[in-house]
Amino acid sequence: MTATLTPVKKRSALTKGQLPKWAPYLVLAVALVLSAAIMALIGFHAFGWGLVSAILFAAGLVGWSGAVEGSRKAKDKLATCLVVGSFLIALLPLVSVIWTVLVNGLPGLMDPGFLTTSMNGVTGAFDNKSVEEGAPVVGGIFHALIGTLLITLVATIISVPIGLLTAIYLVEYGNDRPLARSITFFVDVMTGIPSIVAGLFAAAFFFAIVGPGTKTGAVAAVALSVLMIPVVVRSSEEMLKIVPNELREAAYALGVRKWRTILKVVIPTAISGIASGVTLAIARVIGETAPILVTAGFATSINYNVFSGWMASLPTFIYTQILNPTSPSNPDPSSQRAWGAALVLIILVMLLNLIARLIARAFAPKTGR
Amino acid sequence: MTTTSLTSSRGAGRAGDKVFSGATLAAGCLILAVLFGVALFLVVQAFPALTASPDMIKGGEGFFAYIWPIVIGTLIAATIALVIATPIAIGVALFISHFAPRQLASSLGYVVDLLAAIPSVVYGAWGAAFLAKEISPAYNWLASNMGWLPIFQGPASATGKTILTAGIVLAVMILPIITSLTREIFLQTPKLHEEASLALGATRWEMIKMAVLPFARPGIISAVMLGLGRALGETMAVALVLSSGALTASLIQTGNQTIAAEIALNFPEASGIQVSTLIAAGLVLFVITLGVNMIARWIITRHKEFSGAN
Repeated sequence: MTATLTPVKKRSALTKGQLPKWAPYLVLAVALVLSAAIMALIGFHAFGWGLVSAILFAAGLVGWSGAVEGSRKAKDKLATCLVVGSFLIALLPLVSVIWTVLVNGLPGLMDPGFLTTSMNGVTGAFDNKSVEEGAPVVGGIFHALIGTLLITLVATIISVPIGLLTAIYLVEYGNDRPLARSITFFVDVMTGIPSIVAGLFAAAFFFAIVGPGTKTGAVAAVALSVLMIPVVVRSSEEMLKIVPNELREAAYALGVRKWRTILKVVIPTAISGIASGVTLAIARVIGETAPILVTAGFATSINYNVFSGWMASLPTFIYTQILNPTSPSNPDPSSQRAWGAALVLIILVMLLNLIARLIARAFAPKTGR
Repeated sequence: MTTTSLTSSRGAGRAGDKVFSGATLAAGCLILAVLFGVALFLVVQAFPALTASPDMIKGGEGFFAYIWPIVIGTLIAATIALVIATPIAIGVALFISHFAPRQLASSLGYVVDLLAAIPSVVYGAWGAAFLAKEISPAYNWLASNMGWLPIFQGPASATGKTILTAGIVLAVMILPIITSLTREIFLQTPKLHEEASLALGATRWEMIKMAVLPFARPGIISAVMLGLGRALGETMAVALVLSSGALTASLIQTGNQTIAAEIALNFPEASGIQVSTLIAAGLVLFVITLGVNMIARWIITRHKEFSGAN
């Protein structure tokens, strides 16, 4: 046989000057091995390994592409690497936060009575005993849980009617009037009010009306409403806007009054979106710390009355247990309680987010034909 | 009139219309009243601090000597957060809108939104207990190798509880806000522009550089400013992470303080003129964030017709 007869596998002219499909995988494998070798030299660290591999991978792929495909393709590869890399970087804190809270929070949550007892009567002596003699950590978050639920409930009762009515005004009556436009603008601006300023406003308001030093659950609820109303307005407005106009016109054609149309036709159509928006708003304010810190004070015992006396809440409980441990010489039991409370709070917020998504998906209005 | 019988046949119905539209109007006006009330009550309660004799204020040199270091501290923390968060947020938004597989894109967006769902106090606790400890060796390295820069002047804080750590935690907290706003804008780039540039032979990056980014520029600017507003007012991350102190140029030493954290740390035990001082500090913060947010919203409204952002 002569050499001319051997079938030569020629690459198509269309794919000439391109990296083969398996190029990224090869570069990735080489980068992983190389960086593992570097790590073995200077001491292994999982984060460092990932970082060095990523840099080597990007440099290798871009360099190879530059040599074979030219600078334009290489720049494209570099941009892709940077974009994917930034997404991976954004995932790091999420994973790290959830992992830290789970690892530190589970022991606290496992304590008997953590969810059913308060901090009433729990002093530093108990904590010292649990550290020095191995006694179980006493005290729990029942008072904070009750406080959080009551304050959020009152805030919801204040914000939902105001927010929903405003959204109805903007969509059904506003007609792009100057008043409607200024309300839209200031609602947007209100979403940017720092939470601590909302707390100071509620405090200053009640100091001026009721008397200096008024700190109750109701003051905290007013502060949270200031944060919650704009969120409710925005989400309800979006939902009311997507109700098809044909439904309104059909109702008007039957001689139904405008307010009856809104109550019986428009709102029922949009109710799932409104409900999920309200749930998301609750999820947003339930974790707010700063406004409660300046309005409800710190309590260690159970208080069911929103209108008198200091009230605890989960976020402020976490904050005080970390900054001012019950026993200053042995802060470990306090930090265990704080992480347990943080885990409960995260679970609450995630549940609310999940519920909101389920509501939105299950009862999504069918706008199509 | 003969036509009135049609429209006023049921007086109750008309009254219902009046009552209902009146109620919605009242709710709308109440929101405006609340916003003005916020400003009014803050001014009224802050007034004693602004007029008090200088030695009554914390620090003993009057309100302005008290407020300006923490205003600068607030700006430093917010700047660090923006410098870190903006490029990453734009990258993440591009990844979700133009790089990720279409089926994955919405669930990836949800993952980033999860970052926004975590309460701020949990971020603060994470920053204080985990990040500060892990990052302090890096600060030692910066202090010994780049100490000639004023911002990395040593000795580095041994606990890692510095303004740079607080800024990093703030960056994590504003990342989802900037991401979700810029993502919406990237998705609204006219499909025809994108396809035209691809048809002319542009690579994906060239398409993004020439079609997507110019279209989205005003939206990106306003998203960054909204993130800035959030970073300026964020309390817990700074209050828990930073061991505060006097104003210093070095980012890796203990020191600096922000307005929000100053209020949160001191308000619970404050009384008398101290309360007024802190409320006045809150007023300053309110004015700064209001300005930033109004500029951002103004940019969005100005470009609404052709970008449809937000």
